Amino acid sequence: MSDTAAHPREDDPEGSEEPPAGAEEAPDAEPDHAAGAVSTGAESVVAALETAGAETAFGVQGGAIMPVYDALYSSSIDHVTMAHEQGAAHAADAYGVVSGEPGLCLATSGPGATNLVTGIADADMDSDAMLALTGQVPTEFVGNDAFQETDTIGVTRPITKHNYFADGADSVGDTVGEAFELSRAGRPGPTLVDLPKDVTQDETDETPGPAAPPAGTDPDPNADADAVEAAARTIEEAERPLCLFGGGVIKAEASDAARTFARTYGIPVTTTMPGIGSFPEDDDLSLSWAGMHGTGYANMAITHTDCLIAVGTRFDDRLTGGIDTFAPEAEVVHVDIDPAEISKNVYADHPLIGDAGRVLDQLTAAVREAPDAEAWRDRCADWKETYPLTYTTPEDEPLKPQFVVEAFDEATDDDTIVTTGVGQHQMWASQFWTYTEPRTWVSSHGLGTMGYGVPAAVGARVAADNMGETDRDVVCFDGDGSFLMTMQELSVAVREDLDVTIAVLNNEYIGMVRQWQDAFYEGRHMASDYTWMPEFDKLAEAFGALGLRVDDYDEVAPAVEEALDYDGPAVVDFHVDPEENVLPMVPSGGANGKFAAAEDQL
Amino acid sequence: MSDDSPDSRPATDGGSASDSGVPEPDLRSAPGEQPGPAERDHPEGRRNLEGIRIDPVVEAEHESRRAVISALVEDEPGVLARVSGLVSRRQFNIESLTVGPTTVEGHSRITMVVEETDPGIDQIEKQMAKLKPVISVGEVSGNAVTAELVLLKVEADDPAAVHAVAEMYDGRTLDAGPRTITVQLTGDEARIDDALDAFRQFGIIEIARTGQTALARGDTPTAPGEKPGTAGEPTTHDD
Repeated sequence: MSDTAAHPREDDPEGSEEPPAGAEEAPDAEPDHAAGAVSTGAESVVAALETAGAETAFGVQGGAIMPVYDALYSSSIDHVTMAHEQGAAHAADAYGVVSGEPGLCLATSGPGATNLVTGIADADMDSDAMLALTGQVPTEFVGNDAFQETDTIGVTRPITKHNYFADGADSVGDTVGEAFELSRAGRPGPTLVDLPKDVTQDETDETPGPAAPPAGTDPDPNADADAVEAAARTIEEAERPLCLFGGGVIKAEASDAARTFARTYGIPVTTTMPGIGSFPEDDDLSLSWAGMHGTGYANMAITHTDCLIAVGTRFDDRLTGGIDTFAPEAEVVHVDIDPAEISKNVYADHPLIGDAGRVLDQLTAAVREAPDAEAWRDRCADWKETYPLTYTTPEDEPLKPQFVVEAFDEATDDDTIVTTGVGQHQMWASQFWTYTEPRTWVSSHGLGTMGYGVPAAVGARVAADNMGETDRDVVCFDGDGSFLMTMQELSVAVREDLDVTIAVLNNEYIGMVRQWQDAFYEGRHMASDYTWMPEFDKLAEAFGALGLRVDDYDEVAPAVEEALDYDGPAVVDFHVDPEENVLPMVPSGGANGKFAAAEDQL
Repeated sequence: MSDDSPDSRPATDGGSASDSGVPEPDLRSAPGEQPGPAERDHPEGRRNLEGIRIDPVVEAEHESRRAVISALVEDEPGVLARVSGLVSRRQFNIESLTVGPTTVEGHSRITMVVEETDPGIDQIEKQMAKLKPVISVGEVSGNAVTAELVLLKVEADDPAAVHAVAEMYDGRTLDAGPRTITVQLTGDEARIDDALDAFRQFGIIEIARTGQTALARGDTPTAPGEKPGTAGEPTTHDD
């Protein structure tokens, strides 16, 4: 075990970068073998990650993963030590969303692995590319209920695209490389490799080869040409065509293709929540996003369209409301890379299986003339006039959270990255901020994970910095409930000196639950009213961050400015109106077109 | 806007949020002044539970039916757990599942009998196909050759009668003791059902069934793209 030789820095594709601090002090940092050579399973794991292009890992140390960490000691891969494994998974997830490269997280066996579970499930629901590496007890102890043993493969099987139990030091590097590539092949998703300690500790000189996804997992990016032609005819003949761009558009880097298609043929656009940023919300064709708390005009359009061109979306129930009333008169053109999403929830009249960008290009080429949709565009414009997103600011009511979101939007550039937790604040952050670029909206959609925001801000900041975009702002909108779940990651932001601004929209409630209790449970605030909250500004100061507190409108702009200007993590505790509700709202299972614009319409 | 109406602000107006102080009034309507659901147009059309637009004349409802699904899978640890986990997680209605080796080393065949609607069967196939160890999966086309093996323990009060019934259904007596007789039956589902009805008169003590397994008839490959033959040529993911 003494010769834990470093990977020679010469292999480093980013070789010009400074080695991480401390690397020089590694006792065995002198390369004593050829480029890429390895001597243990753990070194093979790290070599595979470097070859695959991984630049940053987020994780938490622990017994069974120690050999891998030891190999990381002299690697080109930066490591961000998180406060909790859940934070590591969310940070890696957000890193992937912002960078477009798979995120990487590490944890030890047992509780380390189980703490990752929420973050892995989150990435799975949102189809985010991420690789999780977990330590495991030595192979000979597996199944014996050894110390810190959990059946990680069994636990994560339903929430990963695929997971691997590493079975030997000679092959573990190739396994890790394959898992990394699989996470981004076709429809992205999280993968996991469980690493028994003997596998990573054992000697091997097998250098991992170039990584590729397993056979059959990298699908044809082009849709069937005949199907494209048939869809094009339907689009040409539509009177009320509507684009619905989902998260798949962003993952496929298809935002340009999507914009070209919609603008070329004058087709109004709505997005899903994960699709926010795929189409600029300040474009005349944009109806912003549809669904439970989407705009009234998007929900009117999606209800009345006769041709829905849905790209990279899985028709989640928060988008569709009741299936019976979802786009009930629309022929559906469904573009998706995953055949299993076709007609899973909404029947596709024209299934186009392929990469979002490629198929949109195919469609742009195949459509011969724009549909005659001027009257429809006027109708959409009327709906925009009739059902604007609004809120009121009566002088006798506390600060409105929507005002805070708008203040940040106005004070920042278009490339600002917004992360959120889950709940009311998340909805306001998505409604009252005007998104124009992909990969600027980083949130927990499918799983709805409270606490996603702060660790996601850490991951987003690191990704932006890695890309050399240190001037981009990262703003986390969080709720008081969400913030309490993962605020320990503030310690990471301070330690790593990450320039993030966390705006806590503090209403001292689990606000969304309180809103539902008022609407559907006759106002019984069971377990949603915190009645007491820590002083988040003082807490932030204790962490070493800038802490501010805001209660009134006239304090908002100065606090926003101070927090954004502060070079390092800042937390602003905005005490907002606890009675404010998220509107409009489509009740669960209801018709999108029957959204409630106000409480009394529920 | 009426005098008693509160100030209201549209989203994303880019107007005054950065100004200090309380935001000024806006001329656009407050949420409560927007038309309610009853005041809006609503389309007449509907979709059924499977997301299919309902033809107003003929309502399309899918009846569930029985289907045999065959999958070629890589014989690696956990593959059965992946398949059974998928079936339970997605609430597919499954009657039986069998697994065993094929002519190709390292490849196994999983045979599932499901009771689902056509869209449900389609979903099972597509979700199965996404599992990494699944090489090929599909419904066994046409009238598949299906068979099941049943072990049956009955009371031995009348050994001759048990033997006669067993013979009638091409069964084999595997064990005959002073109190019990164990019989093996094979055949398709109808034949097995008939046989069990006949054995019931003796008093069935215990029963163990393998579930249906199946092959496609004639030259048709059982799983899509499968390379049947005696050469043991492996089917690959790309076939």
